[in-house]
Order: sequence, then structure tokens, then C-alpha cells
Amino acid sequence: MFALSGYDAFLGFLLISAAVPILALVANKLLSPKSRAGERQLTYESGMEPIGGAWIQFNIRYYMFALVFVIFDVETVFLYPWAVAFHRLGLLAFIEALIFITILVVALAYAWRKGALEWS
Amino acid sequence: MVTTTGGLDLQASFETTLEGIGLSPGMAHLLWLPLPMVLVLVAAVVGVLVNVWLERKISAAVQQRIGPEYAGALGILQPMADGLKLVFKEDIIPARADGLLFTLGPVLVLIPVILSWLVVPFGQNLLISNVGIGIFLWIALSSIQPIGLLMSGYASNNKYSLLGGLRAAAQSISYEIPLALAVLAVVMMSNSLSTVDIVNQQNGAGIFSWNIWRQPVGFVIFWICALAECERLPFDLPEAEEELVAGYQTEYAGMKFALFYLGSYINLVLSALLVSVLYLGGWGFPLPIEWLAGWLGQSVDAAPVQVIAASVGIVMTVLKAYLLVFLAILLRWSVPRVRIDQLLNLGWKFLLPIGLVNLLVTAGLKLAFPGAFGG
Repeated sequence: MFALSGYDAFLGFLLISAAVPILALVANKLLSPKSRAGERQLTYESGMEPIGGAWIQFNIRYYMFALVFVIFDVETVFLYPWAVAFHRLGLLAFIEALIFITILVVALAYAWRKGALEWS
Repeated sequence: MVTTTGGLDLQASFETTLEGIGLSPGMAHLLWLPLPMVLVLVAAVVGVLVNVWLERKISAAVQQRIGPEYAGALGILQPMADGLKLVFKEDIIPARADGLLFTLGPVLVLIPVILSWLVVPFGQNLLISNVGIGIFLWIALSSIQPIGLLMSGYASNNKYSLLGGLRAAAQSISYEIPLALAVLAVVMMSNSLSTVDIVNQQNGAGIFSWNIWRQPVGFVIFWICALAECERLPFDLPEAEEELVAGYQTEYAGMKFALFYLGSYINLVLSALLVSVLYLGGWGFPLPIEWLAGWLGQSVDAAPVQVIAASVGIVMTVLKAYLLVFLAILLRWSVPRVRIDQLLNLGWKFLLPIGLVNLLVTAGLKLAFPGAFGG
């Protein structure tokens, strides 16, 4: 039925785990009191009337981290097949991975030096 | 194909029995499929209830209070009462929020966390599915969670929520890489991504062959990153209540709040289970069960021995996991919260380089001593 063994269970468990929040929300809908509109629907802002919304333009400092993350996450994914097959590959694979990681460490050092990893 | 090397195999027995009464193999398999899933789901929820109770009781003990005591003996029913209360709470969607994303956020946080239990092994064949990518499935699924957090933070249209959501996303992505690198070193020693193979590789000589002795640095990296991914104190910046009210949860009430709550505790139990699988020998008893059976003059393949061994395995897995949960709760009350720049520095400038070095050292040691590092 499935080309790879075990993944039919993945599909089944996906359905079951999706059913949990859906059933919980439906139960909540049926059992909870109905909402009366008014003050309670205001956004919380420490008791004051909210001034403006949150959907505005501002400087998100995390985007540099997100860029560096993309580099290193892809690197890690590349290293997974190497790690699984390492016992059959021997010394040459070790040297190759060493070169690969060295290049990325240079990239990390560059980002570090350029201040991409600084908060301020 | 999944190879089975001894141990209790309920699936095979179940399907053989059903085929014995005249069902087709496909039908027997279909009837079997939902059973372990429902069982694991119930186990996860019970695990969370116990975890919440422990958290409240241990926190109380740390602060010299009594903690919950009226609902059931020693307040053991308190988490259930809390959950039941939340079901009956009104569901408030702020007027200025984006209703669809607001609802989708907590759902998207919970589903991957539950789904990750697919690969948690409680015994040689006692898991839902021994899929080939095993532990990598968990790493992939844990990347989905920040999307849900960011989504709910943004959809609330609340300044605290937005900041909390952004912090949650930054924190998750910063600690995912050292986490993946720590797992990578274990995977290299096991030559497999499958969680069952990872445990089997550790159970040659009982407690002495557990990965924690061969991967002490990896263990520490993994534990710190797991706490950060679960947003536990010292790393609970996304919901730092003194500065951000409750972060991305600020606008949530009723069942949607309960979904976040459930998600974070399921994640904590899951992380503790995975630490025990990756570093503490999973279901392994401190002495190999084969030695004990041989010492008592029993065959490991005898049915009663198999049942006892499987039960001991489940108890050991849960025991190790809850020991780590206990540690996490104590850490919560012993360590102050870090600042966001300290958090990001720790992840990028400390754990990431250490993780890379740990990986290369493991590879080098594996070349030098193939026997001790999984061939």
C-alpha cells in the first residue's frame, strides 16, 4: 500500500493528532457560555484603552539571525546522510566533512565579525 | 523493512491472531494501526497531567508551600480539574484580531508536538512506527511549532503578543541548530536515524554503554537546547510574565489557551523522553536484561520473561524521563531568566561552535576507535 514501510502509521497518527485540537475546540464551542460583545473584546494593554494596533512597521532585529539560521540549517541537513553512512566511508569522508564544516565556520566567523550576531 | 530482533512484538501476535480467525493480512493491519496511536495519545495526556501535578507540588515544596491538596488525595486531580474548567470557559476572540490565524495558531503548535510521539520507543517493538528517518522526523516537526507561535502572536494584534511571538520564533531557530548537531553526533555513533537502533546501540553493557558517557558534551548541549525549545525557565523569554504579560498567549482564553498549555507540557515530556532515548539508554535497565535472565536461568525468548522485560523497559523509559522532568522543574526555581541578547549569544556563539567541535571529535574518535563508537 505504501512504498516506504511505517509511513501508513504516520498518516494515521497525523489524522488522530489533528483530531485532538479540533475536538477540543468543538467541545469548548458547545459547552462554553456565549460571548457578549463589548469591553471584553478589546485588546489587552495593561488596562488602558489600546493605542493603535500591533500591525505596524518596526525594526525586527531577528532577521539577521533568521538568515544565518537558513545557512546552518541547510548545512545540518547535508550532514545527516554523511553521519548515517560514515561507518562505511572512512577517512576520506571525514576530511571532506572537515573541509565543508571549515568553510561554514569561516562564514560564521564572518557573520560574527560583521556584527550579524550582535543584539544592539 | 523494519527488522525485529527479539522482544515482545504485540503487532505480530495481534495480526497473526486476527489472520487465524480468517481476516485478510491487510484488514488485520488496518485494525491494529489505531491501537498503539490511541494508547500513546492517552499516555501522553496522562503524562502531562502527572507533569502538571509534579510541577505544582515540587514548586510548592521548593517555596515551602503545600500546593494543591483538595482535589483528590494530595491534590492529584487538580490538573484534571483545571483542564475541565478550561473546557467550560468562554472563548474570546479580540475584536481587532485575525480570527482565522488566531484559531489556527494553537492548533498548529499542538499537532506537531503530538505527532512527534510517533518515534518515541518504549521497547524494541513498543512504538507506533519504527520509520526509517526516526529522530529526524522529530527535528523536522519541531520546526513547524514556531510558525504557530508567530502566527498566534501576529494574529492577536496585541503588542505584547507580537513581541512574544517574534521572540519565540528567534529562540526556536537559534537553538534548533545546536540541537540538531548534538543529535547528529549520536546518529553517527548509531549509524542509523531510527530511535530503536539508537537505543539498541547503547544497550550492550547496561549503564556503562549509555551514550551519556561517550557524548557528555552532546548531552549538555541537547538538554540546554531542549529546555530552550520548550520555553522553560531560564529560557522562557517568549512569555516572560514580568515584561510581556504572557507573550503570545496574552489574548488567549478557554480551550485555545489550554491547547498552548497542553502543547508546552507534552513537549517537555517528549523532550525528556528523547533525552532518555538518545543519551540514557531508553528502555534499557542499568544491567542488561539478558544477563539477569541468564543469571536466573531463564531464556530471554520465553513468553513470561518477554512480558516482564517489556514492562521493565516501559517503567525504565518513564522513570528516566521523569527524572529529567524533575530536574527541569528544579532548574526552573534555581536559575534566573536570561536576557534576550544572552540567550542569542549562548545559542550562536557558544553552543553552535561547541556542537560542531563535538561532531568532528566524535567523527575522529569513531575513526580511531571504531569498536567503542559504534563501528
